[in-house]
Amino acid sequence: MSGMPILSIMILLPLVAALVLFTLPGDAAERAARARIVALVTTLIEFGLGLLLWQGYETASPDIQFVERAALFGPWLEWHLGIDGIALMLIMLSVFLMPVCVLAGWESVKTRVPEYLAAFLVMESLMVGTFAARDMLLFYLFFEAGLIPMFLIIGIWGGARRIYASYKFFLYTLLGSVLMLVGMLWMIGEVGSTDIGVLSAYDFDPKAQFWLFLAFFASFAVKMPMWPVHTWLPDAHVEAPTAGSIILAGVLLKLGGYGFIRFSLPMFPDASAQLIWLVFALSMVAVVYTSLVALVQTDMKKLIAYSSVAHMAFVTAGLFALNEQGIEGSLVMMLSHGLVAGALFLCVGVIYDRLHTREIKRYGGLADTMPRYALILLFFTMASVGLPATSGFVAEFLVLIGLYQTSTWATLVMTTGIILGAAYMLWLYRRIAYGAPAGEDTRAMPDLNVREVAILLPVVAAVLWMGIYPKSFQDPMKPAIAAVTARLEGTQMATLPTDMTFLTAPAPVLVPRGQAARHLPAVEAAH
Amino acid sequence: MHPTLASITIAGPELVLTIGGLLLLMLGTFGGGAANPGNRLTVRGVTVAAVIILGIAGFALIDAPIGERQTAFNGLYVADGFSSFLKVLILGAAAASMLLALPWLEQAKTLRFEYPVLLTFAALGMCMMVSADDMLSLYVGLELQSLAAYVLAAFHRGEGRSAEAGLKYFVLGALASGILLYGISLVYGFAGTTNFGGIADVLAAGGKTLGLVFGLVFIIAGLAFKISAVPFHMWTPDVYEGAPTPVAAFFSAAPKAAAMGLLVRVLVQGFGPASFDWQQIILFLSVASMGLGAVAAIAQTNVKRLLAYSSIANIGFALVGLTAATVDGVDALLFYMTVYLAMTLGTFLVVMQLRTLEGRPIEMMSDLAGLSRSQPRLALALSIFMFSLAGIPPLLGFWPKLAVFQAVIDAGLIELAVAGFVASVVAAYYYLRLVKIMYFDADEAGLVTDGSRVNGLLILGAALFCSPIGMLAMAPIATATGRAASALFTAG
Repeated sequence: MSGMPILSIMILLPLVAALVLFTLPGDAAERAARARIVALVTTLIEFGLGLLLWQGYETASPDIQFVERAALFGPWLEWHLGIDGIALMLIMLSVFLMPVCVLAGWESVKTRVPEYLAAFLVMESLMVGTFAARDMLLFYLFFEAGLIPMFLIIGIWGGARRIYASYKFFLYTLLGSVLMLVGMLWMIGEVGSTDIGVLSAYDFDPKAQFWLFLAFFASFAVKMPMWPVHTWLPDAHVEAPTAGSIILAGVLLKLGGYGFIRFSLPMFPDASAQLIWLVFALSMVAVVYTSLVALVQTDMKKLIAYSSVAHMAFVTAGLFALNEQGIEGSLVMMLSHGLVAGALFLCVGVIYDRLHTREIKRYGGLADTMPRYALILLFFTMASVGLPATSGFVAEFLVLIGLYQTSTWATLVMTTGIILGAAYMLWLYRRIAYGAPAGEDTRAMPDLNVREVAILLPVVAAVLWMGIYPKSFQDPMKPAIAAVTARLEGTQMATLPTDMTFLTAPAPVLVPRGQAARHLPAVEAAH
Repeated sequence: MHPTLASITIAGPELVLTIGGLLLLMLGTFGGGAANPGNRLTVRGVTVAAVIILGIAGFALIDAPIGERQTAFNGLYVADGFSSFLKVLILGAAAASMLLALPWLEQAKTLRFEYPVLLTFAALGMCMMVSADDMLSLYVGLELQSLAAYVLAAFHRGEGRSAEAGLKYFVLGALASGILLYGISLVYGFAGTTNFGGIADVLAAGGKTLGLVFGLVFIIAGLAFKISAVPFHMWTPDVYEGAPTPVAAFFSAAPKAAAMGLLVRVLVQGFGPASFDWQQIILFLSVASMGLGAVAAIAQTNVKRLLAYSSIANIGFALVGLTAATVDGVDALLFYMTVYLAMTLGTFLVVMQLRTLEGRPIEMMSDLAGLSRSQPRLALALSIFMFSLAGIPPLLGFWPKLAVFQAVIDAGLIELAVAGFVASVVAAYYYLRLVKIMYFDADEAGLVTDGSRVNGLLILGAALFCSPIGMLAMAPIATATGRAASALFTAG
């Protein structure tokens, strides 16, 4: 690629801005005001650079684009960046959500503002780096480094049990990741390269693949998070400040899914196909169990956190359907959930800033007292449930189509998850927006101000765009997905009961050949 | 040239240190140090002179021909890439240990010129250790370093705690030296030589007898004491806690690197053909050190004890590289020690620079509460060291861990790598606890610094080295460690 090293700039710019934040002049209040402006401008520039990236991206090409290589860091890794369509979309999601995060804490965060914003800028740099890395150890570096700013964000600006939550978040994810690192080191020793492209093309011994898959699974399943290692997520969400929750739900949870599609599926295709039963089982349990748990929550943030786990179960199930529709649906689900869950946490933040409680029963009647707020919350509730014309519908539909071809039983259970999802989200909305206000202070809450509307409207627009014309988002990802499915072709899947008959010993099923080029009419209809 | 003269030329750095150390002693005694112990000018002068002498020794080292293995004094002494690399580390760490102590000792009113002199002799002993090619020179170097260290541990002789630390260190150290000597005598008895190359020849010729293996075990036990590997680590927390903080900083840095280098040379060059026998012992030492260092540190409340356990755990991680018994493994071990020295010295520097409002040096972890508000820059530096010690990328401390585990995985010991990484997660808990205390806990009293500019610069340098910027230094370091490690293996 010619021209400026746009990915390096996107990674380094927030770091430089973070350093600038520490050197701002003035007293505490002036520094805070200046820091906010610097951070907002930086994140907007990043978004602009992201648009530039998207505009310059050749949609039809299956190649890795915007490649940058520099042998900087000795024998262990090199500065090797590049994106395919999947990475492009996730980078877009990150840079789109960052200005939202900065604005979300504009007034509510009052202590140590420059440090707070610096943590977010570092976070942004690391997220872009994770998606753009083409060197496995560089990926690991960005992937793990994200723990540090998030640990500080939860620990310093979090709620009452913030210390417990920050430790749990850090140690849980670290333990998962070090097992992945062992796997990575073994692979490097075996292949002699850290280049993700080279590793993806290498055929590992199926026995080794099994262990490597489990090692990577340990990390990505925790990051995802999948049942039963999801318990850090509700704690982290509840204690994190609003912007921290947005970034956690919006982007950090996507790292797990991204890891599956970047590493597990193309590098260990045989193990992936053999272990779909494991992923499906965990996903099925997750979607039903966490949906039921979400139903009984009294804390809004916890409810949305559990709903995130359920949505992420759709992502894993779709990815391991091992066909084009399933993977595409999962990726759309990741983008959609990033926007919708982020916006829902933002909505919770809006009323939390006014009443300083997340208890559902302390609210009520907001449809009368805060009509604008109620309207937007309704929109995102519907998007979370997966109403047609919102992004959630496209995602769920594609996942279920893909999954149906691999396992009918899993599809059946996952579909009940959609019903349960509608139940807890609509019930949440009923308790918050309808009925009578819980108290005088609830009644007295002012409606959305200009800043809050300005944050939420772009998200609404993005969700509608993705719901009505998802092709803009799917097209860049198609060649990358085709590359993954090409690796999976012909692998032997675990024997699953694939249709609704109770056959005792079904014949082994092969991943069909040539499916990358095939488009189901139903998918076209969904577009 | 006469062989003795040739030998003296090869042992140039040691010669500089010997003569320099004696000169420093004169300078201190006749410069008014003996009559007036608190004389700042004398002590500063001696310290600066000592640093210059270490610098000259370093220059003599770099001036020597590279990549050549030169033996001197009839095979007692060897100068090769391995010893040069470690000597650079040792001299650098010793010089830093001299400089960093000045403000602290001055504040404690124990500013004596003996401090830099003792450190110079310790540095001499350590240089001898890494250049030893024979059991006898090994022992001489080790004892020279140890004797200086015993005195240093008791440097606050008016304070019971410090005297106790010195005595404890001396008694246990003497025991370990005895074990080591016993091992050496067994090896001499069964191999008929004390020269490393000679022992390797006997072993390679099929002379591996039970007595020789016994000797090997005793030698490893004696040396494990010096690097404070579990189960020979008991002295470490007590000595660190009791000794003056700058002395503890010194103990955690240069002597560890020197003893590690010594252990590597004995095992690789002396007992290389018996690597199957010692690999298992080192494996145990490494797993036990990582595990105990990680778990026992959780309950600590004293910063110095915490750092003592941290150094035990880090030695365990470095030993992982030796377990592989390959060039890559030793390469990774040297890289590990290099980064470890910067991290541990940096941490001690920050701790030493902090004072309570009454001017008392801090010792307890709770003293650090709210440091991020009162001293944001020092808090940032300390958290860089903590995350680096915990091995979280992109901080530099991650990469040596990666390197040692890569080496053992390539050598087929995947279980060791898993155990090590799990231990590092446990260890992350207590490193995070310091970060938590500094950043999450409420500000208590507010701390001040002692305002030393030299130490501030040292902290800045160490923090930059351990930060992601330090990753740019990995390529040159890897070249140097690679050359050092291959020098050790090609000597044969």
